[in-house]
Amino acid sequence: MTDPLALDPVLPRAERSRLPFNAGATHSERFEAFEAHVVAGGKVEATDWMPEEYRTAVLRFVEMHANSELMGVLPEREWIMRAPTLRRKLALTAKVQDEVGHAQLLYRVAEDLGKPREAMFDDLLAGRTKFHNVFHYPTKTWADIGVIAWLVDAAAIVAQQALRDSSYAPYARTMQKVCWEESVHIMHGRDVVVTLATGTTAQRDMLQEALDRWWPPLMQMHGPRSDRSKDRDLHWRIKAKTSEELRQEFLTIYVPRVWELGLTLPDPNLRFDADAGEWRYSEPDWDELRTVVTNHGPRSEARLEFRRLARAETAWVREAILAAPRAAA
Amino acid sequence: MTDEAVRDRSAGPSESGALEPFEVFRQEKDGGPMVHGGSVLAPDPLLALHYAREMFSRRGESVRLWVVRRADVHELDDPDVLAPPLDRSYRKPGGYVMRDKLAAARERAGTSKPKARDKSR
Repeated sequence: MTDPLALDPVLPRAERSRLPFNAGATHSERFEAFEAHVVAGGKVEATDWMPEEYRTAVLRFVEMHANSELMGVLPEREWIMRAPTLRRKLALTAKVQDEVGHAQLLYRVAEDLGKPREAMFDDLLAGRTKFHNVFHYPTKTWADIGVIAWLVDAAAIVAQQALRDSSYAPYARTMQKVCWEESVHIMHGRDVVVTLATGTTAQRDMLQEALDRWWPPLMQMHGPRSDRSKDRDLHWRIKAKTSEELRQEFLTIYVPRVWELGLTLPDPNLRFDADAGEWRYSEPDWDELRTVVTNHGPRSEARLEFRRLARAETAWVREAILAAPRAAA
Repeated sequence: MTDEAVRDRSAGPSESGALEPFEVFRQEKDGGPMVHGGSVLAPDPLLALHYAREMFSRRGESVRLWVVRRADVHELDDPDVLAPPLDRSYRKPGGYVMRDKLAAARERAGTSKPKARDKSR
């Protein structure tokens, strides 16, 4: 009964509103229409036309995020066999599985932007692309697992929540799912931390030491302050907040919760400046950040080597899948 | 709007292009709507379903999953077709504002506004 003509536009072409990236336009007109669209809060889908500049910028951002999810499970998996109770072991295993799942979702988003997954693994393992600084460090005790699951995930979720409104819609939707799952990890981590905080003196000391170890990398994690007007990812609305805005948000929520447990943070200058309405802190060691993210961190090479080994050992699975007849095709 | 260029770019590692994107839809509870969840890359629907289960129901958050080849999705997103600049308010409850007319009608009939219904009854 449907009249196919009903899919024709109501107005003649000359009177139609201008589509953002109308196929009839020249490249620069398309570019300008696209830019106006995203700057005004418009969304972009995987199958939409987009300028190469935008495609490359989103790809770089998402690929780094995917790499971090994938590499981020390695410090935690080191503790699955050493988890203190069965319930902790189950929770930690589930968290590791979730994070790998996030990597899968994000690599899928990145693939649609034009880079095959194998090429992303090649670049990661060859050190041509990066992953987050916090995953280049060793885990010394069980308390590290609590601090990572609570505070590293908290610092990450602050950034990820701001990405739920990214102009690149497939990424934004993925972040909604990821944030939902991360909220469980934070509760798991906080539970580990609070349990240790209410434990023996040795457990409290172990917790304080882990916190002292992880605080400098946590303060570096969001990156140095940047100029909002020069940040292209902000301009394209790929992300919504600057590194300093994310750090301030993280400090506002989590410093009071750390102090609440009677724990200290290893920065004598850390305080909330009520007049300025923001946190003051000692300048993080940006040289350390640069050193670590370029794979010169204490565990960078070992973690990459482990990933290379895992990839080689599972190559037969990928080959078997690709060689399989297409069942329902 | 799916163009070949996009599909080619998202093809997997295989030279023959054996992997392709499947869109995943999930139902949160029985009777609920099928909602788009994301996509997976797979060589066939069966493996796409296995991936979808791992990605979208680890916590038991779905009671049903659908996978559809992206190439099989037909799309219409032209705003001039879907939301032409014509007044459609007569199709919506908010298109009928009669407060002033009701007041005039009451005045003419010499009646007053009925009391709000007692919801406890």
